Amino acid sequence: MWIVKHRKIFYSISAVLIIASIAVLSIWGLKIGIDFTGGTLVEVSYPDTRPDQAVVNTALFAIDPAASIRQSGTDGYIVRMKDVSPEEKVDILNALSLNGTAPAVEKNFASIGPVLGAEALRKSILSVILVMLGIVLYITFVFRKVSQPVSSWKYGLVAIIALVHDMIIPIAVFSVLGNFAGYEVDTLFVTALLVILGFSVHDTIVVFDRVRENIRHNVSHKNFETIVGESVSQTFTRSINTSLTTLLALVILYIFGGPMTQHFVLVLIIGIAIGTYSSIFIGSPLLVTIEKIGRK
Amino acid sequence: MLKNRARAVFLIIFAVLIGYWVYVSNIEGTRPFHLGLDLSGGTHLVYQADVSKISPTDISDSMSSLRDVVERRVNLFGVSEPLVQTEEAVSLSSADAAYRLIIELPGVTNIDDAVKAIGATPRLEFRLAKANDIQTFNASSTTSTLEENGAFMSLFKETGITGSMVSRSTLEFNPTTKEPVVSLAFNSEGRDLFGSVTKDNIGDFLGIFLDGKLISYPVLRDAILDGRAQISGSFTIDAAKSLVRDLNYGALPIPISLISSQTIGPSLGQVAVQGGIKAGIISFVIIALFLIFWYRLPGLVAVLSLAVYIILNLAIFKIGVSPAVIILCAICIFLAMKFHWIFGLVAVGLYALMTFIPDALSPVTLTSTGIAAFILSIGMAVDANILIFERMKEELIRGSEISDAMHKGFARAWLSIRDSNASSIITGTILYVFGSTSVITGFALVFIIGVLVSMFTAITASRLFLYSIAPAKTTKLSKFLISNGFKS
Repeated sequence: MWIVKHRKIFYSISAVLIIASIAVLSIWGLKIGIDFTGGTLVEVSYPDTRPDQAVVNTALFAIDPAASIRQSGTDGYIVRMKDVSPEEKVDILNALSLNGTAPAVEKNFASIGPVLGAEALRKSILSVILVMLGIVLYITFVFRKVSQPVSSWKYGLVAIIALVHDMIIPIAVFSVLGNFAGYEVDTLFVTALLVILGFSVHDTIVVFDRVRENIRHNVSHKNFETIVGESVSQTFTRSINTSLTTLLALVILYIFGGPMTQHFVLVLIIGIAIGTYSSIFIGSPLLVTIEKIGRK
Repeated sequence: MLKNRARAVFLIIFAVLIGYWVYVSNIEGTRPFHLGLDLSGGTHLVYQADVSKISPTDISDSMSSLRDVVERRVNLFGVSEPLVQTEEAVSLSSADAAYRLIIELPGVTNIDDAVKAIGATPRLEFRLAKANDIQTFNASSTTSTLEENGAFMSLFKETGITGSMVSRSTLEFNPTTKEPVVSLAFNSEGRDLFGSVTKDNIGDFLGIFLDGKLISYPVLRDAILDGRAQISGSFTIDAAKSLVRDLNYGALPIPISLISSQTIGPSLGQVAVQGGIKAGIISFVIIALFLIFWYRLPGLVAVLSLAVYIILNLAIFKIGVSPAVIILCAICIFLAMKFHWIFGLVAVGLYALMTFIPDALSPVTLTSTGIAAFILSIGMAVDANILIFERMKEELIRGSEISDAMHKGFARAWLSIRDSNASSIITGTILYVFGSTSVITGFALVFIIGVLVSMFTAITASRLFLYSIAPAKTTKLSKFLISNGFKS
């Protein structure tokens, strides 16, 4: 199979992507949302005319000098600032409507205390770690009967490498988008990463399953590389078709699903596309590489 | 063969009936979908309870009475279907847990009013000041507004009589001044304490403090032994009314502080719901076209079973789930995959049984991410079918007869379906357990239900439909119809 044979090309592509991702992340970092840091987010729209951004900024200065304002759509603003009390919220809305001279409609308001934010961050990190651990254990368990020529926990290890690969790229994309378009990393983003995680493993397992089956029925004593190559080509159409249907559903959701889930869906689209790539071009070839290293 | 066809027809009728119920109950509004706050609009508040002064053994009791008090207040607020729940947030870094109160008020977008109604803890206190202390102070002071003077207020010493000893409170009007007054009736403990304090301190001043502010300080002329008192001050009617309400409905047993508040305007949610429905329909049509184009007759089978999948999911969202029923059904579905499809029927039976037990199931709250999870799960439901069809094709290429290829295709695809879905269930469960917000748990629950139902429809609907279209003889045409892709 050409994919396994030319695996060095795909390793190089992924290596470049990962290095680029790390570079991007170390330069720009991530824009962390109020879900994790605590703070306030207000979204308003102006049915009449939207006042000038500088004017609104001045009005808000009294409440929080560090408040940041960004345009939302053609008729509204999104404001981010420190976390506030319900009384202060009234002041904010007053300021945003310039004391009633520019009537503003509140669309969305969230104020999250720093305690809750820190807890959300902790829980998010914990769930990512637990999901990874759970998956490695699960794979090690279901592949326990195939310990030759590659022991079952190595399948789990390869799945995790593929996972990290699939997560770091959408994270880096959000680092870029955060820097240029203000996209924030929030609890939804973490949820999206976890879904990518699930999907990526789903894809990788389907190929591994085939490898397992082919090893069992290996009567003509083919070598491991050939078996993996055959398994990849046997599952190739399925992988592409499944990802295609899922991506279709997601792209449609991105277009029609409304602004609330748009960023979330975008992360999923990137992650699932990368996940499909890695399950075909990285995961299975890595098994061959690991087997080769083991033989030396 | 005939048996399978009969079963398939039965399944279709069953699905159509359920679909009809889903549709009608939505149109007539008898059983609408349960929309989360982010879709219906409303207010979400998180309070931190300060349990530092409560002994650890009493915490859970106090928290549940806190919940009851807040629930009564919220109900007074006139919200339809409010949600009040307590949460124990166990943190790993420190030994002590944080106790929280989560309140959801659908349709309420004015946080300020809501917070006032909920959090108003009328700390009514009666303190005592000696007559000569007051006189000395009056002599040396020139300020006219004594009530706001900190030094003056500090002359009053605590007596231990508080608003929590009030058993009943009513709003009355002073017949001469027409000012509103709040009259109080103490419970037995309060009556005894109030009696002894007033008896021992005749001539002194009784300071009435509301939320730390001195509202009046009448002179004690007689011992008050009947446990009745009146508070007058410069009350407005509204202030007096809310004081009466708060005293009657009880003070909060635990001090609480607001740590997070969120309001979602109704417009955003509507956009998300409409967008979700639109996206769902378009996705379904496009996926259906793709499946029929690529997988031909089996593709049609996949579309049918996808329709069954969607109907079952929607019905489950309405009827509801519980952790127990999810686990039981999951076990049945895995048994069905391993041993016999009849376990699939057991799962349906168990679920049906649960619907007769009142309050055993609670409807699935659909959030914007829940809708995303549902649409995503459609993609995963298709995957099971694709896996089966691809294996079938391989068997056909190896020269199997069609019906043989179908059986083998199913048998071979099971392992992949099981393993890949099991990993999805692991992800979903962890998300559900550790999800910090309803947005995440809403996603995880729909995701788990979706994965389980997709496995169920794969064993039942896809299998039955496929077996019933199997041609008796393998001809060139039938082989073409069953096969897929560009190459035969």
